[in-house]
Amino acid sequence: MIAIDRIFLHERTGAAALASLAAAGRVVADPARVFAVMDHIVDTRTGRTDRTLMLGGQAFITETRAACRTAGITLFDVHDRDQGITHVISPELGIVLPGCTLIAPDSHTCTQGAFGALAWGIGSSEAEHAMATGTLRVSKPKTMRVTFSGVLPVGVTAKDMILRLLADHGAGGGAGHAVEFAGDAVAALDMEARMTLCNMATEFAAMTGLIAPDARTTAYLKGRRYAPDPLPDWQGLRTDDGAVFDREIVIDAGSIEPMVSWGTSPGESIGISQSIPADAEAPALAYIGLSAGQPIAGTPINVAFIGSCTNARLSDLRRAAAVLQGRTKAAGVLGLVVPGSSAVKRAAEAEGLDRTFIEAGFEWRESGCSLCFYAGGESFPAGSRVISSTNRNFEGRQGPGIRTHIASPEVVAASAVAGCITDPRGMA
Amino acid sequence: MTPFTTLTSLAVPLIRDNVDTDAIIPSREMTSTGKTGLKDGLFAAWRYSDAVARVPNPDFVLNNPAFAGAEILLGGANFGCGSSREHAVWALAEYGFRAVIAESFAPIFRNNCIRNGVAPITLPRAVIETLAGQRVSIDLAVQQADGHYFDIEREARAMLLEGADVITLTLKHRDAIATWQEADRQRRPWIYLGTQMETRA
Repeated sequence: MIAIDRIFLHERTGAAALASLAAAGRVVADPARVFAVMDHIVDTRTGRTDRTLMLGGQAFITETRAACRTAGITLFDVHDRDQGITHVISPELGIVLPGCTLIAPDSHTCTQGAFGALAWGIGSSEAEHAMATGTLRVSKPKTMRVTFSGVLPVGVTAKDMILRLLADHGAGGGAGHAVEFAGDAVAALDMEARMTLCNMATEFAAMTGLIAPDARTTAYLKGRRYAPDPLPDWQGLRTDDGAVFDREIVIDAGSIEPMVSWGTSPGESIGISQSIPADAEAPALAYIGLSAGQPIAGTPINVAFIGSCTNARLSDLRRAAAVLQGRTKAAGVLGLVVPGSSAVKRAAEAEGLDRTFIEAGFEWRESGCSLCFYAGGESFPAGSRVISSTNRNFEGRQGPGIRTHIASPEVVAASAVAGCITDPRGMA
Repeated sequence: MTPFTTLTSLAVPLIRDNVDTDAIIPSREMTSTGKTGLKDGLFAAWRYSDAVARVPNPDFVLNNPAFAGAEILLGGANFGCGSSREHAVWALAEYGFRAVIAESFAPIFRNNCIRNGVAPITLPRAVIETLAGQRVSIDLAVQQADGHYFDIEREARAMLLEGADVITLTLKHRDAIATWQEADRQRRPWIYLGTQMETRA
């Protein structure tokens, strides 16, 4: 049994968890350490209200709002300045801290492991347990260290690092383990890139991914609303020299190139200069509509989507905008940008990034999880092939029959301009 | 929660790797804020040739009349990966599945199974393939499925066998938790937000 320091809820499951707790006659033990946000199904079109495009979606929003009020939980509501995707706003507000435990009924909670927190996704029942008791019963995971040695080439990002790990070791490669990301190429990443890396630990079937806190971690957290002032010394939260892990993986960062998925699992990813493997599985190829041996670059796309807890922070938008600067998307391509938080949106607008996207032909939206997944309301045109800065290329993830290729925001931007999957290097 | 002790049922083969929770219950099928009304959405994208009109896809294994009423589902590696939605387990349970036998499970899905009285049983691929379409007997107390021994940690097994309400069990330790938190409050005061700050307007 371990203590749970922070809990984050969202409108997709928050109302169900709180209602179930209340129905059992239980209360939230310490509501000051529970937060909630509207991110999953909230409308991301300009001028949004409580109404969503998803049939019945409004009930998720209004019921979560009412349940949070009753329980005394701080809610970042639809029009709150701090609204945004859970794993974007929690760091922005200093809610996640090194050495803390943080859970949310969302698999990408591991994103926040970037701060040296033990942060992981759970289901609704465990969220109820944590709210009622301040604890969770957890089986101790095995330990794995993934070391990215050396230096990342120019134009290669944290997204490419995690997709390379998935391509090399499979979507089940981290099963049963908690993963520490280490090595020179990880230490060199800024906090936003570290979040991208940890974000997809769940795609590796790991319980979580984390990175030891360092000076960048404390510099990021200093002055954030819920972070302590002064900040405690967290530098001791690191793996002991000579510690033995159950499993070690080493990847030469210098050998990584921009990555893109070809199939229907994030592990089905290849370098952008490569071809779809000869032994690619038939069901994945049938769904994605491509052939074994075909180069991935040059595959025509219909949609370019920049968003999600993986790649919609300010640095992500800056890099995509740098590719789009002075360019426009190809005719017939639909382009969408959904900032990771309302704060990211304001900061991007202050720099004029919104103008760059709009002039390139992209739609500039309000924050939320948006079209990372299809909740039954808004999707892309039938049969679309999407280049997407998100984390999952599952069948139907972005809508029935929609074919998703996941990649970095700069690959998405470059592909939007070319109208086909394109290596962005040299374009920014 | 209904205790899980023994179960004998036909085992429905869905033996492919990385069956994700979007496939088990697409987000668009989660139309109510509660935990019920999900069984018709189970595997909707595969089960129906037209999910909106609910036209069955005759090629999908659950639509094979021979498997009507089956309570055991067979999977491949990394079963239940992806989204943490507990609706995937609620949908499986509401449909009638009481056990999933797979080569391996994604961790959140596996925990969700245990919390809902659905037994997540891990066996080698070669064994699972011999169980496909067969009548299979599971005895959780001795950790066997048709005589094949499977590993499951003690706590998970106890939770399933007893059908216990875990929150009630944990709340029996309420005093010990409070004592621990008091000491922790001295060590890490910044964790306890309610007492030191509430600056939101």
